Amino acid sequence: MMILAWLPFYPLISFALLIAFQRQLSWKLASVISVTTVLLSALSSGYLMWQLSFNDVTTLSVNLWQWFTLTSFDTGDTHQVNIAFYLDRLSAVMVCVVSGVGFLIHCFAAAYMKEDPHFHRFMAYMNLFLVAMLLLVLADNLVLLYLGWEGVGLCSFLLIGFWYKVPENAAAARKAFIITRIGDTALVIGLLFLFTSLNSLEINTLNTLAQGEWPLTEQRTFWITILLLGGAVGKSAQLPLQTWLPDAMAGPTPVSALIHAATMVTAGVYLIARMHHVFIQSPEVMTLIAWIGVLTLLIAGITALVQSDIKRILAYSTMSQIGYMMLALGAGAWSASVFHLMIHAFFKALLFLTAGAVIYALHHQQNIFKMGGLLKRLPVESAFFIVGLACLVALPGTSGFFSKEAIIGHLWQSPTAGPIFWWLAIIGALITSIYSCRLFFLAFMGSARENISIVKSDGVLIKASLSLLVILSLFGGWLNIDLTTVFQPLTTQVMKQEPSWLHSVAVATPFIGIAFSWWIFREYRLGNSTKIAQSYQSIQTNRVKRWCYSGLGFDSLYTHLVVTPFMFIAKVNRKDLIDQLVMLCAWYAKLLRDVAASLQNGLLRWYAAAFACGLMLWLGAWLV
Amino acid sequence: MTAIPLEHILILASILFLIGFVGVIVRKNALFILMSLEVMLNATGVAFIGAGSVWQQADGQVMFMLILTLAAAEVAVGLALLIRMKHQYRSLDIDVLSDLKGQ
Repeated sequence: MMILAWLPFYPLISFALLIAFQRQLSWKLASVISVTTVLLSALSSGYLMWQLSFNDVTTLSVNLWQWFTLTSFDTGDTHQVNIAFYLDRLSAVMVCVVSGVGFLIHCFAAAYMKEDPHFHRFMAYMNLFLVAMLLLVLADNLVLLYLGWEGVGLCSFLLIGFWYKVPENAAAARKAFIITRIGDTALVIGLLFLFTSLNSLEINTLNTLAQGEWPLTEQRTFWITILLLGGAVGKSAQLPLQTWLPDAMAGPTPVSALIHAATMVTAGVYLIARMHHVFIQSPEVMTLIAWIGVLTLLIAGITALVQSDIKRILAYSTMSQIGYMMLALGAGAWSASVFHLMIHAFFKALLFLTAGAVIYALHHQQNIFKMGGLLKRLPVESAFFIVGLACLVALPGTSGFFSKEAIIGHLWQSPTAGPIFWWLAIIGALITSIYSCRLFFLAFMGSARENISIVKSDGVLIKASLSLLVILSLFGGWLNIDLTTVFQPLTTQVMKQEPSWLHSVAVATPFIGIAFSWWIFREYRLGNSTKIAQSYQSIQTNRVKRWCYSGLGFDSLYTHLVVTPFMFIAKVNRKDLIDQLVMLCAWYAKLLRDVAASLQNGLLRWYAAAFACGLMLWLGAWLV
Repeated sequence: MTAIPLEHILILASILFLIGFVGVIVRKNALFILMSLEVMLNATGVAFIGAGSVWQQADGQVMFMLILTLAAAEVAVGLALLIRMKHQYRSLDIDVLSDLKGQ
C-alpha cells in the first residue's frame, strides 16, 4: 500500500529540490536526483506489476486523504472526492510504461541537455510532468484524473516553450496549450454532465453502473461520451484537434520523446480505455471513435510522406499510430489498443531519442534532405533507428508486428467497425512503411550531402538508455499482459465470415510498401544529389505536395475559420466595450469627487456664500 | 403719528441685512467684513424694534439691547483677532487665512 501511495510522489521531491536549489546543484547531483527519483517510481511500479501478475491480487487501491466534498443540486447528497489511487492491470501497464520509459528518457535527457544553461529547470519540468502523468493514470476518480490531465498539459506547455527566447517555440507552446484546452473544456463539461446525471465521479462506481443497469437515456449517454471523446481527441492529437502536435516538436528532443510520443499523447487512449464500460453503452460514438482514428492515421500518414524535418515525420507517425489505437478502441479491441500503446511507447521513444542523437551529432541539422549517408558515419545510431523503424512498419518478429496485427485482426469482425476500416487500416500500414523507407533512404543511405563534421557525444547514458529501448522494442511483443480481467469484450451478434487471405495480406503489407519504395525512391537510396535537391524544391513548388506538407490545410482552415474572426473581434473590442459601461460609474463618481473637492478651496467668503445659499434653499423649501 | 407698517420695516431690515451680507462676501479686508457683520446685526435690531413698536411690546427693545451687547463683545474679540492677524500675516486679507485647506 505504501509503495502505491508513494509511487507518484518521488519525482515531486526531485522537482522541489531542483526548483529550490537551481544552479547550486552541480550537473552530476541534479541528474542523480532527478533520475533516481524516477527510478524509484519505476521500481515500485515494476514491483506492483509483479504482484498483480503472480499473486491473486487483482486490484490495489489506497485512499490518501479527502480532497473536497461535492453536493448534488437536485438531491442534496454529498459526494466525497478523494485523493485515492486505484491500480488494476490497465493502470499497472500504464504506470510501468510511464515510469519505465520515463526513466530511460530521463537518463538520455540528463546527458543530452548537459550543456544547456537551464538544465535544472528542464529536469524539474520533466519530473513534474511524470508526477502529473502518474497521477492521471493512477487516479481513482475522474476529478483526480483531471488534475493529472491539466498537469501534463501545463508541463507540455512549459517544455515545448523551454527555449522560449525563440518566438516560434513560444508560439508553438501557446498553440499546443490552447488547442488541447479546447479538448479539456469538453472533458470538464463531460465530467460535470456525468456528475449531475449519476452523482458520482469514481471510475469504479461508474463502470459498475455501466456493467449493470445503465440508468441514463441514450441521448444523454451519447453527449457524455462525445464530450469525453472531445477531451481524448484534444490530448491525443486526433482529427479535429490534431494540428498542435507537429508544432510541438519545437521543444527539446527528450520532451518530444517523453511527452509527445510515449506518454502524454496516449492519455486520451487511456481515458477511453478506462471508461470503456460507459463507451460501450453508445455504439454510435464507438463507430465515431473508429472513424476519427482511421481518418487521422490516413491524414497523418499522407502528411508524413512529404515532410522534410525528421522530427516532424516522427510526430506525424505518432499521430497515425495513435490513430491506430483510437481505431482499436472504436472497434472494441481494448487490450490490443493498450498493447499497441505500450509497444508504441517503446519504439517511438527509441526513434525520437535516436533522432535526437543524430540531430545532436549533425550540429542541430533536422532536415533529412541535407543528411544522407549516416549509415556509415553513425553506425550505432543507424542500427538503433533501423530497429525503431522496423517496429513502426510492423515487420514480423518485432514487437510492433504483434501489436499492430492484433489491432488489424480485430477490425473485420468488430460490430462497431467492419471491413472498410480493415481496408483503410491496411492502406495506413502501407503508407507507414512507405514514409519510413523514404525517411531511412534520405537520411541514412546514399552519401553525405553536406560536409559537416560529426559531433562525438561521449554519453554512456545515451547509449545505455537507447540499448534498453532497443531490447524493449524488439522483444516487447513477448510481454504477455493479460487484460481480460479489466476489459469487457463487445458482444458480437452476427459473426461475419473472415476471408482466409485476411492475415496474409496484413502480414504482407509492410513488405509491399518496402518493395514499392525500394523502386520509387531509387534516387534517394542511391543518393543522387541533383534529384534529391529537385524533389526538395518540389515540396514548395508542387501544389499537391505543398498541400500535403502543410498537413492537408487544416492549419490554414483553422486560421481562416477561427483565428482570423477572433482576432477581428479582439481588434474591434480593443477599447473594451463592456468595460466602458462599467467605467461610466467610475466616471460619475469621479465627477462628483471633483465637484466636492473644488468646494473645499479654503476661501472663507466662499464658505459663507455657500452657507447662505444653502440656508436660503432650505428656507425656501420649508416655506413653499 | 402715523404708524409705519410692518412690511416697510421688514423690507428696510432685509435691505440692510443683504447689504451687510454682500459686504461680508465681497470684501477681502477683514476689517470691512467685521463692519459688514455689524450692519447685519443692526438689520436684525431694526427688525426687532420695528416689530416691538408695531405690537406695542417691550420685548423688541430688550432684544435689541442684548444684540447690542453681543455686537460689542464680538467686535472686541474680532478686533483683537484682527490685530493678531495683522501681526502674524502682515495683511488683513481674509483669503490669506486658508491654512486649514491643506497642501
